[in-house]
Amino acid sequence: MVFEYAPSIESTTILKLANRYQHFIGGKMVAPAGGKYFDSLNPATGEVVAQFAQGSKKDVDKAVQAAQNAYDKIWKKMPAAERGKYLFRIARIIQERSRELAVAETIDNGKPIRETRDVDVPLVASHFFYHAGWADKLQYAGLGDKYSSYGVVGQIIPWNFPLLMLSWKIAPALATGNTVVLKPAETTPLTAMLFAEICQQAELPAGVVNIITGDGETGKELVNHPGIAKIAFTGSTEVGRIIAQSIGNTDKALSLELGGKGANIIFEDAPIDEAVEGIINGIFFNQGHVCCAGSRLLVQENVAGEVIEKLKKRMSLIRLGNPLDKNTDLGAINNAPQLAKIKELTQAGIDEGAEFWQAEVNLPTTGLWCPPTLFTGVWQSHRIAREEIFGPVLSTITFRTPEEAIEKANNTPYGLSAGVWSDKGSRTLWAASKLKAGVIWSNTFNKFDPTSPFGGYKESGWGREGGRHGLLPYLKSSVKG
Amino acid sequence: MMRINIDSTPSSLKSFLNELPKVDQVGAAARAAMLATRSIKNDSKKKAIDLAISMVDLTTLEGSDTPGKIKSLVTKALHPDPSNPDVPHVGAVCVYNDMVSIARAELDRIGGQSIPVAAVSTAFPSGRASMAVKIQDTQDAIAAGASEIDMVIDRGAFLSGDYKLVFDEIVAIKDICGQKAHLKVILETGELVTLDNVRKASYLAMAAGADFIRTSTGKISPAATPPVVLVMLEAVRDFYNTLGIQVGVKPAGGIRTTKDAIRQLVFVKETAGDLWLDPRFFRIGASALLNDLLMQRMKLQTGYYAGRNYVTID
Amino acid sequence: MATSDRIDVKKTYKLYINGEFVRSESGRSYELKNKTGKFIANPAQGSRKDLRDAVTAARAAHSGWANATAYNRGQVLYRVAEVLEQRKNELITAYTLETGSTQSVAQKNVLAGIDYWVWAAGWSDKIATVLGSTNPVAGPFYNFTAPESLGVVANFPIISGGFLALSATIASTIVTGNTSIVVANEKSPLIAITLAEILATSDVPNGVVNILTGKDSELQPWVASHMEIDGVEASGLNKKSLGELKIAGAQNFKRIAYFKNSTDYKEIERLSAFIEYKTVWHTVGY
Repeated sequence: MVFEYAPSIESTTILKLANRYQHFIGGKMVAPAGGKYFDSLNPATGEVVAQFAQGSKKDVDKAVQAAQNAYDKIWKKMPAAERGKYLFRIARIIQERSRELAVAETIDNGKPIRETRDVDVPLVASHFFYHAGWADKLQYAGLGDKYSSYGVVGQIIPWNFPLLMLSWKIAPALATGNTVVLKPAETTPLTAMLFAEICQQAELPAGVVNIITGDGETGKELVNHPGIAKIAFTGSTEVGRIIAQSIGNTDKALSLELGGKGANIIFEDAPIDEAVEGIINGIFFNQGHVCCAGSRLLVQENVAGEVIEKLKKRMSLIRLGNPLDKNTDLGAINNAPQLAKIKELTQAGIDEGAEFWQAEVNLPTTGLWCPPTLFTGVWQSHRIAREEIFGPVLSTITFRTPEEAIEKANNTPYGLSAGVWSDKGSRTLWAASKLKAGVIWSNTFNKFDPTSPFGGYKESGWGREGGRHGLLPYLKSSVKG
Repeated sequence: MMRINIDSTPSSLKSFLNELPKVDQVGAAARAAMLATRSIKNDSKKKAIDLAISMVDLTTLEGSDTPGKIKSLVTKALHPDPSNPDVPHVGAVCVYNDMVSIARAELDRIGGQSIPVAAVSTAFPSGRASMAVKIQDTQDAIAAGASEIDMVIDRGAFLSGDYKLVFDEIVAIKDICGQKAHLKVILETGELVTLDNVRKASYLAMAAGADFIRTSTGKISPAATPPVVLVMLEAVRDFYNTLGIQVGVKPAGGIRTTKDAIRQLVFVKETAGDLWLDPRFFRIGASALLNDLLMQRMKLQTGYYAGRNYVTID
Repeated sequence: MATSDRIDVKKTYKLYINGEFVRSESGRSYELKNKTGKFIANPAQGSRKDLRDAVTAARAAHSGWANATAYNRGQVLYRVAEVLEQRKNELITAYTLETGSTQSVAQKNVLAGIDYWVWAAGWSDKIATVLGSTNPVAGPFYNFTAPESLGVVANFPIISGGFLALSATIASTIVTGNTSIVVANEKSPLIAITLAEILATSDVPNGVVNILTGKDSELQPWVASHMEIDGVEASGLNKKSLGELKIAGAQNFKRIAYFKNSTDYKEIERLSAFIEYKTVWHTVGY
């Protein structure tokens, strides 16, 4: 008797989509000054999800002005505990609207409903809940009383975790007393606009949060706007560098969460079955569109054969397809340029002589897809071992000794994440202490929590998000110039 | 094969078992929790329910069991839903030693020759008896018509590190079973406590010749927890991939609802694989479960929720 | 012969790189004059290649220094204070020579600087306690965040702070396990090199502190663009130089900190500016 899983499609009736979404400025939905709109597509189908306002200099101006007004007249003066209450309210509304948000995120982003429902949206709610409680306890954040808020913070977020990254940006900014102008990614603006509605529902004072949709040009206007006191950016290392350079001659503060090429290290004494799950979760979670993905598998030579064999079998079980299907593990690639980049680097891996393997899957006929891909026989000098692919492509490198593992793991300009799999406590702690990365997962991978600081060493960023340390980039120290 | 490979001295057994990869409890639980989110609907659910029914080891293991109860049980085993002949019969009935002959005779009388009778054995559930008694227990059951023997391991010996004793007992019971009966080895995972022990005990049982490894007696809680079943399924998968010997798995205890049962099938499908989606290699030890499966089956057929009085109580 | 007739033995001020005193590879030195225009000395004018050598030394020294126990680092810093105390007159002399200030002003500054080393020494084994955390994540994980040294840091001390500011920039940088390359202000090389001479007789391992004299406007671009420099304390730079540093430093995302002048410099931000936070998750189970 054959037992296969029938399609189990999440209903979308809970989501009432508008045809068009406007900017959210000063507490109101505001049409773009230039009158232009752009489409956001569902990457699984190619269909238009909705139209979004194209932000221009004028729109940014207006939003910054609204944020400044709200800062000066309301937010700065409000008792911190009251500020916190708004964040608690927002957290609760997110919980109440969680299924709707999950469906919206899946449609706009292409990621599986299982992830938006079980990971993204619950973390969004918990992020607001966590930061709400910080608002009136900032004297314990580490700067004593030698701090102030910055004022208007400009925030730019990527398309891989649209609503989660919004929460990572907005929750700490508001808790620390700043007001915000946020620009979501061009390909995933939907949940940010639903969040704008949530701000209205929560009766958040007008102008405390402003959301401008648009493309890179809109982002540039925001970064270079003189009314912005601090910028927070999550995205590619290239863009992060450009932002850092473009504000070099200003006093603007900057926090960055950038790219990575995380090493996932499997020692010979690893709990192998859980390690295989961790490898899968490390690189195929969210289609590998994860800055902290475990995209380099470093496996000890004497267990490499067993690990790779198990990994291939496990990869063959990955269910790729309709992101709204509750049983889908691997959804759509978010956008066409990204798929092209994944393909280009995959081809580079093949051309450079690494051994290429893909799980056999039937790709849907419409939409953007990439099968789970594994490279073995990869050398440190291969592009697929050095460059961030940001897709479901894993590069495997072997090592013999623990020292060699660390040396290879650290041999990258990035330093965001790493994984360590071992049953031996002393080895795990040794490896964790030697790895140059901001987040080390041992015997697990891709875990996130609002209490846990996240951020990178080296070219993976500046500052942390989450935890006590995540407040610091939003608090202006009176000691620093 | 494995029985030959391991020279079964106490020290080599011990080092073999201790060198098995360890299990990270959190990771195993996370994997089980993820698999538990699988959504099985419509046709798949219908197939899964019938598959699950065919895998049920319909069980009664009470001190108060009577011949009448056994006869009623085997009747239900053969025709789980008397009004609906499409419903497959269960995988086996599982009873105490002294009820085997009654169960066998009744099954034969009503046309249930294809349904095996499983006997719990070796001083079930505690296993606290001499080897002579355990052997006699098994021989009696086989003589009475049991074609499956569900033996318990000596958990005390296992936990004290005397793997050799456990191994030898399984080998001895397996020898008695010979070609006449399949041997299921009950690990009683609730008493082994750690998943590392579950893995070790699984390998120990397989190496000693078990045809099936079974989680629990049903008398101890926790019983067939999702991570335990997962680890045992990994063990039979890896054993098969290494030696080509396919050992079955039987979770027992705590599986009461259709949802629980379908979850088990998902574990099987995504861990050991389709080869195990077969009553010859996967059984679910249960009693109340069968009625829930039948009620869910009715719901799928009629479109409305079934009532408890539309299925038979035993 | 009367002492007054004696010909002074003039001192040559060299660069301090990897525990050694070297002349600039460029062969250059410059004239240091006091406020009244009187010649004081010919300090070495460090070049980009001297900087390169200093970075090499600082990088090589980093792992050993960062991996020393915090207790050990604390003792090394305290030992610096001990040696400084003994040789404080050399610093006071250098200070008065350079600044033309009175003995009492110089003494106050130097003693405060020595005390700063004591203050910093005490931080070595407390910084992780104060800046680290255990994080109560919602799941079966033990999760903690601990500070770690950043790596190689270049320091441009604020000139007006004299020996105190110099001590603050170095001690707060190295106490956490970083290694330092100090680019002394053009107008204040003597205090810096005097300190180097004292450090050379302390227990600070070679390469942990390297001191270059010369023109910061010349060295700043090379500091900014050097990919092996992880952080820069830029407090001594002017606005223009700071902007250039930030732009060029973005190439490898240098951590750049600019501190306001201070009365005592005893601010934990000076330590936290050049550390990385590492967060570790581990499963909790049996």
